[in-house]
Amino acid sequence: MSSPAVLEETPAAASERTRAPVFGHPESLRQVITHYCPGCTHGVIHRLIAEVLDELGVRERTVGVSPVGCAVLAYNYFNTDMHEASHGRAPAVATGIKRGRPDLVVFTYQEDGDLASIGLSEILHCANRGEKVTVIFVNNAIYGMTGGQMAPTTMPGQVTTTSPLGRDVSLAGHPLRIAELVSALRTPAFIARGAVHTPLHVVEARRLVRRAFQYQVEGCCFSLVELLSTCPTNWGIPPHEACAWVEKNMVPYYPLGVFKTPDGGDRAPRPLGRE
Amino acid sequence: MARKLMKGTEAIAEAAIRAGCRLFFGYPITPQNEIPEYLSHRLPQVGGTYVQAESEVAASNMLYGASGAGVRVLTSSSSPGISLMQEAVSYMAGAELPVVIVNIMRAGPGLGGILPSQADYLQATKGGGHGDYRVPVLGPWSVQEAANLTMEAFDIADRYRTPVMVLGDGLIGQMMEPVELPDERPPAPDLPPKTWASTGWKGDRPRAVINSLYLDADTLEAHNRHLQQKYRQIRERERRFQMRFEEGDYDLLVVAYGTVARVALSAIEELREQGRRVALFRPISLYPYPYRELAAAAEKARAVLVLELSAGQMLEDVRLALGRSRPVHFHGRTGGHLISPEEAANRMVEVLEGRSQEVADV
Repeated sequence: MSSPAVLEETPAAASERTRAPVFGHPESLRQVITHYCPGCTHGVIHRLIAEVLDELGVRERTVGVSPVGCAVLAYNYFNTDMHEASHGRAPAVATGIKRGRPDLVVFTYQEDGDLASIGLSEILHCANRGEKVTVIFVNNAIYGMTGGQMAPTTMPGQVTTTSPLGRDVSLAGHPLRIAELVSALRTPAFIARGAVHTPLHVVEARRLVRRAFQYQVEGCCFSLVELLSTCPTNWGIPPHEACAWVEKNMVPYYPLGVFKTPDGGDRAPRPLGRE
Repeated sequence: MARKLMKGTEAIAEAAIRAGCRLFFGYPITPQNEIPEYLSHRLPQVGGTYVQAESEVAASNMLYGASGAGVRVLTSSSSPGISLMQEAVSYMAGAELPVVIVNIMRAGPGLGGILPSQADYLQATKGGGHGDYRVPVLGPWSVQEAANLTMEAFDIADRYRTPVMVLGDGLIGQMMEPVELPDERPPAPDLPPKTWASTGWKGDRPRAVINSLYLDADTLEAHNRHLQQKYRQIRERERRFQMRFEEGDYDLLVVAYGTVARVALSAIEELREQGRRVALFRPISLYPYPYRELAAAAEKARAVLVLELSAGQMLEDVRLALGRSRPVHFHGRTGGHLISPEEAANRMVEVLEGRSQEVADV
């Protein structure tokens, strides 16, 4: 019995291997400098989407819809055909694209002011019709582009330029939980919430984004992934503190996880008299 | 296809299908509900899609998406709903998207009423939403013409990459008349391919970005110049009008559009039998307005009478066309009232006999 041959790597091959890129630029992301503030996690989320589009091999038949908000210029960053929607209407625009050309993979990239405030009607009805589109909802608890005003998702007590004494829930209500709200609809869908404030969360968020697009590619259902994101500029804290702020203030109120899968059906109410 | 008795709303809906439209987004509002109702059963028969949107705001933004993806798409509504759609109309004008919008006008302002009106003329012809833009507007006076103009509207939209509006008063939507439609009306042969549409980017053309945002002032001004150049072309090439009794001399020129022009024609025919010399000028394209043609037609007349179901909106364009060259008189009804042939004839006689006051400058 001969001993197994030990394959020695030649110095040339070793050099080739170590110089080969292990972390490249996704094809679905254009090689341009974005306008996002230092420490903002929009860039991370853009990359996750782009990686998933590459992985699924759908870039050439994908059309994205950018919102009004910080990501208004996302049409300059994704390497796909794009629409720029009016404020909050991205789900309606996506509906138009998808119904016009069902062969396309259609996604919207929206933020809290866009989706949770002015576009609440559009997102709920798009989800309720079961439009086979994917919504990436970036929740950073503030209006970023317009300079840090209170959003529907602003945390109780959070100081913004229009809640200078902190969000007063007796007047402004409590932050809207979009993933929970949309997952209450009967129409089958994939609804999840992730975050991107730690590497582990980024890895988990990527899985959610991938599942969301996968469901669409399979022609299954509407999918929405809410991603908790940072806004160091308008929160007025350095990026690393912003990541800690997400963990401390947002995650407890906005629990992470999968809220609805297409086979989920209705959630059973508790019986009367037993609350 | 043989002649068929059809309601205006249904003729418009069927005409859109014959013109190759397979997609409709809309929201119910009286008095145009027969258009969505008709299309909700008819579109699936021809492989098309009907979507009842959650609002007119959403419907018009769905148009933005569908048109941006390169397909022919229609919506219809009535005055209050059209106001809600103006957000996306402005965006579609900015992003240069071809869509067809039908407005079956009802009386306003506000919720107003559901009876016929022409009180959206200024909104329709002067832009309607925010920003420097215009929308070609076509005003039919019969069910047949409503169908024809709807089919033509798709070509105009595609030719110039612009929203186009078919503007009917409530009457045109509700009345029934014989209509003849072609089995199929293919797009005009000269229409450019939609290489700008977002159909998935394979690198064989520039990346499609359907957008109306230009943050740089120079770029936005250049874009506006381009739009204005396009509107100049539209004004040059797309003026449509009709005259009756233009042969020979006439003392009075009546200007009216839509079903009011039908009423005016009845009154004029009766007066001509009595030897009164009256002619009719009917703009069909309300934007672009046939200013030159109206000015030429008014040269023969001693006076001009404008009839409208409004407090005097097209009147402004008539006065732009004529300046102070001819005295301009006006008769309008609001609230949903129609102008009867007798009422129209009486006003014509008043003007002819010098018993009418011309429109004042203030």
